[in-house]
Amino acid sequence: MAPDIVDMPQRQKLVIVGNGMAPGRMLEELLKRSPRAYDITIFNAEPRVNYDRIMLSPVLSAEKKFEDIIIHDDGWYAANDITLHKGKRVARIDRDAKVVEAEDGTSASYDRLVLATGSSPFIIPVPGHDLPGVMAYRDLDDVDAMVEAAERGGQAVVIGGGLLGLEAAAGLQMRGMDVTVIHLMPTLMERQLDTAAGHLLRQAVEARGIKVLTEANTQSITEKDGKVSGVQLEDGQLLPADIVVMAVGIKPSSGIAKDAGLTVGRGISVDDTLCTSDPAVSAVGECVEHRGMCYGLVAPLYEMAKTLAANLAGEEASYTGSVTSTKLKVTGINLFSAGDFADAEGREEIVLRDASNGVYRRLVLEDNRIVGAVLHGDVADGAWFFDLIKRGTDISEMRDTVIFGQGFAGGTPLDPTAAVAALPDDGEICGCNGICKGTIVEAIGELGLKDVEGVRMHTKASASCGSCTGLVEQLLTLSLGDEYDPAGVPPMCGCTDLGHGDVRRLIVAKNLKTIPDVMQELEWKSSCGCAKCRPALNYYLLAAWPGEYTDDNQSRFINERVHANIQKDGTYSVVPRMWGGITSADELRAIADVTDKFNVPTVKVTGGQRIDLLGIQKEDLPAVWADLNAAGLVSGHAYGKALRTVKTCVGTDWCRFGTQDSTGFGIRIEKFMWGSWTPAKVKMAVSGCPRNCAEATCKDVGVICVDSGYEIHFAGAAGLEIKGTVVLGHASTEDEALEIIVAVTQLYREQAYYLERIHKWAARVGIDTVREQIMDDVDRRKALFERFCYSQKFSQIDPWAERAQGDQAHEFMPLADLTRMQAAE
Amino acid sequence: MTINTDFIDIGTVEDVPVRGSRLVKTPDATIAIFKTIGGQIFAIEDKCPHLSGPLSQGIVHGNRVTCPLHNLVIDLSNGQADGPDGGPNGKCVKTFPIEIVDGRILLKPIDVPSEKVA
Repeated sequence: MAPDIVDMPQRQKLVIVGNGMAPGRMLEELLKRSPRAYDITIFNAEPRVNYDRIMLSPVLSAEKKFEDIIIHDDGWYAANDITLHKGKRVARIDRDAKVVEAEDGTSASYDRLVLATGSSPFIIPVPGHDLPGVMAYRDLDDVDAMVEAAERGGQAVVIGGGLLGLEAAAGLQMRGMDVTVIHLMPTLMERQLDTAAGHLLRQAVEARGIKVLTEANTQSITEKDGKVSGVQLEDGQLLPADIVVMAVGIKPSSGIAKDAGLTVGRGISVDDTLCTSDPAVSAVGECVEHRGMCYGLVAPLYEMAKTLAANLAGEEASYTGSVTSTKLKVTGINLFSAGDFADAEGREEIVLRDASNGVYRRLVLEDNRIVGAVLHGDVADGAWFFDLIKRGTDISEMRDTVIFGQGFAGGTPLDPTAAVAALPDDGEICGCNGICKGTIVEAIGELGLKDVEGVRMHTKASASCGSCTGLVEQLLTLSLGDEYDPAGVPPMCGCTDLGHGDVRRLIVAKNLKTIPDVMQELEWKSSCGCAKCRPALNYYLLAAWPGEYTDDNQSRFINERVHANIQKDGTYSVVPRMWGGITSADELRAIADVTDKFNVPTVKVTGGQRIDLLGIQKEDLPAVWADLNAAGLVSGHAYGKALRTVKTCVGTDWCRFGTQDSTGFGIRIEKFMWGSWTPAKVKMAVSGCPRNCAEATCKDVGVICVDSGYEIHFAGAAGLEIKGTVVLGHASTEDEALEIIVAVTQLYREQAYYLERIHKWAARVGIDTVREQIMDDVDRRKALFERFCYSQKFSQIDPWAERAQGDQAHEFMPLADLTRMQAAE
Repeated sequence: MTINTDFIDIGTVEDVPVRGSRLVKTPDATIAIFKTIGGQIFAIEDKCPHLSGPLSQGIVHGNRVTCPLHNLVIDLSNGQADGPDGGPNGKCVKTFPIEIVDGRILLKPIDVPSEKVA
């Protein structure tokens, strides 16, 4: 064999089969411990990146969209040098040769192999189970199929009244279908709930308009015209159905492990180090059977992932099984269960019921320790009970009050934050991600976090299913006192309780396309909005539906409605565009002529290298524009939440220090981007060398030309606040620089709140996040660029020319002039 | 001078944009004619009691308009400003009587005490 030309120790090859949440978490933990230990390859049967599967229910109910639940995007795999084979299902494992091979022949050899094949939905083998219209509820393809079916309306039957079945039913019902849940057992979610809680749950589900049939055994699925038409029950009932969703459970996917000769029980058998019967092969997640248990909830999978990562990194760690808790993710139904609550010898129970409020709490005790808890209605104490279960705390001291929750335990006063305050630092707050109180409190203090979003971004707490958001808020209150606003997100205005972010998200999620639709669907409190929310909604709709949404002129501030700036005396100022600050004798002559003809009182040079004509009467605007248009001058958008100016220096054209054609590039940017509406005004500049004569480093986006190309800056400000820019990245060609500038502007257009300048937006979402999306993820950058270009098709029309030709004439002419009538008397 | 005491035909209801306004110039004042989302027509002086901003240029929402200069909100039906004391110095905007006949707007361009006029 020829000697290896690279004089470096060969990294061990790690191959992972499956790309769900368990291996995703395992990789994060592994890379954190030892980033360069392995050369990593992933085979994923699904044709996409890793996403948060437990958030599929909010996607189904349209409360979230797929992009919101992505955990690792393409950029993450690239940044970590991981080869991801999307849409490639592994067909076989050759353990002797240490090679895995996909169905299409792609193969990879390994030193260590991790099986994370997950689970597959259990399909009851009744006649008709394979008809079109019968679906499972497992991955995004299933959700897409359900959403598509729900668009046609009609009736849905969900087989299975467990966690998944009920979430599917609620989602389909929110999508407008008529839904019936059929369940084999006498009560819903019998594996997690006792009969009393099951009964309360049934009432809550039925109150949402979902029909529930229990002790209903499916005999067959009936067919008409080659697709499903209904469900035939054993008792003779026939339920008509346009779709049937099977959500009766999952079974570990252990087929390839079995074929490869590994020990397999219900799932792939592993020991406490998550090793299979072959020491080179480990397994993690739902495909695993550990100490006789198979898990389908996220918390145990994450615990396994952590153990496996530690072992792969050469540490010694063991997994000894998990106590699990469950929370139903259906908006408006509050349910929590944890541990074991079956009746057994030596077990006692404490029960609290408040029927009229739908509150039910049951604790199962063994030797004065809580072993199981079921909560319905008020689930705020769930985390506390779960903590007591996991720790095996002796509760004899507080037995009389324990059922009332932590607020009352030990006779402490009812302070909403007392519960969290009393938790020890290693008390778990976020079950999904295994984040403890201490970690969160430390992050709040050290990183100066001020809100839930910040905590999510930096610690991952409440970033998965979100059910611990309340606890995170309490920790913020505890740490920050009055500084934290418990209302969380400030509402857009008095017309709604929703914040800007929620409104933007819901406009897209609910496919809302007009201002009245938004107000109706999002339950606006006023009939017609106000001067704060209407311009914001108009912008959000314009940005979300380019080419489709019709601009609502009456919802724009006067400056944007008449394309000029109102002044204190009710007259207007007019600023024609001078591309990159370059003008000519003809343009200046036209400006001088307009000044004379319309008696313009003040002509001023602006800070953005333009000329401002102040004091023009509104009625004169169309005529002023017509004259300016005739000389080739168009609207400068000095009045708009839009691209204002691109300031330039003379660059290589004249300057002895210039490194690039800064003037030409500034003009190119301005010609490319003018007319685009943005959340707030956008000012740019291009300086031809680091001496920075165009003052690019206090702009929203600025460029400093250097010998090697273009340094792109952003998030500067020189207004109410003064702030220098930060570097976004470097581009070696003008085309690349333009792509970056356009993409970051588009990202800002899609994410920022109305009137939020780029620097505020960047501070809110994080400078690094912006950099990752624009500089590291080239595919994403190109997609943003394309979306900007598409929206420009509908915005690059000179509004002055339109109005000079008579558009919106009513804006500029009085309805009647009674002064003349009187004069005629 | 009889002209200022009678109702004068100033145009049609259609001439005024919904959630918008048009102006009528008179020797004494400039009057803004507003049309609300419900199609109601109001006439008030085009002058904010705060710093004389042109109310006609504001955003119309419900039966109210927000002044374009400093965001004072004025009730079109009575000219009162929003706020605990009815706006700066308790002032309000002059309103004018309106009649709608066969889709035409008739305006009586004289001052009236604040009251709902249409």
